[in-house]
Amino acid sequence: MTVTAGAPPRRPSRLRSRIGADSRLRGYLLILPVLLFVGLSLLYPLGLLLLNSFWRQEGMDVVADFTFGNYAAFLGSPGQLLILGKSLLVSLAATLTVVLFSYPVAAYIAFGVQKHKALWLLAVTIPFWTSYLLRVFAWKIILGYNGVINSSLISLGIIDKPLEILLYNPFAVVLTLAHAWAPFALLPIFISLSRIDRSLIEAARDLGDSMFHVFCRVILPLSMPGVVAASLLIFIPTVGDYVTPQLVGGTSGLMVGNLIQSMFGRANNWPLGAAISVAAMIAVTAAACLFLHVTSRYGNTKGARR
Amino acid sequence: MKTGGKTLAAYSALYVAALYAPILFIAIFAFNAGTTIAFPLKGFTLQWFSQVFAAPALLEALWNSVRVALTASIVSTVLGTLAAKAVSRPNLPGRAVFLGLIGLPLLVPGIVVGISLLIVATGFGLTLSLSTIAFAHILFCTPFAMMIMLPRFEGMDPSIEEASRDLGEGPFMTFRRVVLPIAAPGILSSLMLTFSVSLDEFVLAFFLAGTDSTLPIFIWSQLRFPNRLPGVLALSTLILAFSFVLVLIAEKLRRMGASASSEGA
Repeated sequence: MTVTAGAPPRRPSRLRSRIGADSRLRGYLLILPVLLFVGLSLLYPLGLLLLNSFWRQEGMDVVADFTFGNYAAFLGSPGQLLILGKSLLVSLAATLTVVLFSYPVAAYIAFGVQKHKALWLLAVTIPFWTSYLLRVFAWKIILGYNGVINSSLISLGIIDKPLEILLYNPFAVVLTLAHAWAPFALLPIFISLSRIDRSLIEAARDLGDSMFHVFCRVILPLSMPGVVAASLLIFIPTVGDYVTPQLVGGTSGLMVGNLIQSMFGRANNWPLGAAISVAAMIAVTAAACLFLHVTSRYGNTKGARR
Repeated sequence: MKTGGKTLAAYSALYVAALYAPILFIAIFAFNAGTTIAFPLKGFTLQWFSQVFAAPALLEALWNSVRVALTASIVSTVLGTLAAKAVSRPNLPGRAVFLGLIGLPLLVPGIVVGISLLIVATGFGLTLSLSTIAFAHILFCTPFAMMIMLPRFEGMDPSIEEASRDLGEGPFMTFRRVVLPIAAPGILSSLMLTFSVSLDEFVLAFFLAGTDSTLPIFIWSQLRFPNRLPGVLALSTLILAFSFVLVLIAEKLRRMGASASSEGA
């Protein structure tokens, strides 16, 4: 790092010197445009969405009359409530699957890999940056009627007719979501595992704990912040996922994202769509809080945080 | 213990293989001469790739995607860099709130962000176009840019900045001549990764596109037609290959820069 010398020192103006001296002020000045942008492009639209959910649709127009009618309509429709409930369950199943399958790998990279740690991390990071749409689409190829699994089984002579149960059901959605979101689980868990002080593990071993007990009493509790972060990072956005259920879910695997889309598309009832979105976000937040409450008892997440 | 470690290693290798397998199938069938996606393979062909570039609608979508991704990557990297510099001070009051707020677009389901922006755009009487997509993509890419830039600034020795200021440079010149050169590899890495994120983003674009089309929207529209599947596979393979190269370079840059700044600290 070379700092170019030679330019004569400028005399700073008073404002400049004040900004120069106060690093906190400088921080706020730097972040102000970003906060303004996020406020304008996210908080304001979300606020308007909330407002819209209390209006009503009349023909092609949205009428700005305050009403709870949309929420009443949603809560009064068992079919739509069922879709929301199913979305929560499917996301929960996908989240649990990802975390369970990814934890051992994160542990292996954190503790078992000595030489090629960066390479392993790169290998699990690359899919994170590649097209979500295409990673989901790939499962359609694998599970489809004429797909990879069916055609392989037929050419091996194990089945004579393609299995129809592979695609277009909630299990296909869980499987696809779990696969597509795997890197989101692995990295937070890896980070919290690699922050664990090794001497704690050694101490427990020296004191005669078996590896299993070390895991249950030291490693798992200390890695809980990563597990919690991973779970929330996957659970919250997947509840509203649109692409996966649309591509591999079929009618039985539809989720709340598809319901919302239909309100803004074919059904053309924007206020009801807005109300369903708000209801879904409230349900997700409630589920996330419940999850945090439960895990904070088990893992003592506060104590493990640095 | 020894066998346990071996099992874990084997399992981890299997996990990574499973991570890549579905993508690999896309590539395999893109070179398959048969028109259906089924084993056994019918032979090697490049005809689907030549078909890809024969479709004018695709070329237009590609050009649209590139323009949107360029805009989104540049603006979001500027915003992400500013935010990362600000929150790299661990004791900045309100730091956690800022981090949460800027990271929010990653947590709120894409469809909810999409329809909210749709409501705003219609309310203002804006015509949906590439500009509305680019706007949404800036919002979506900024947290990624911040995530990439933050470790760089956190690893930076604050005394370098102080030295520059003591030597009489104003804050803006200090930023340009001291902070920016240190941050440069991260900025390049952020530009590439946010470009890739924007190029691949579908849901926001789907809601905000109007009559314009981007590459993922084009692919989505083709999925309904089974006879166009081989062409979609070829196009997907090209996109994935491009993303892979971009990400590999970006990650390399990020690592390289990270080790340089920690040596300097």
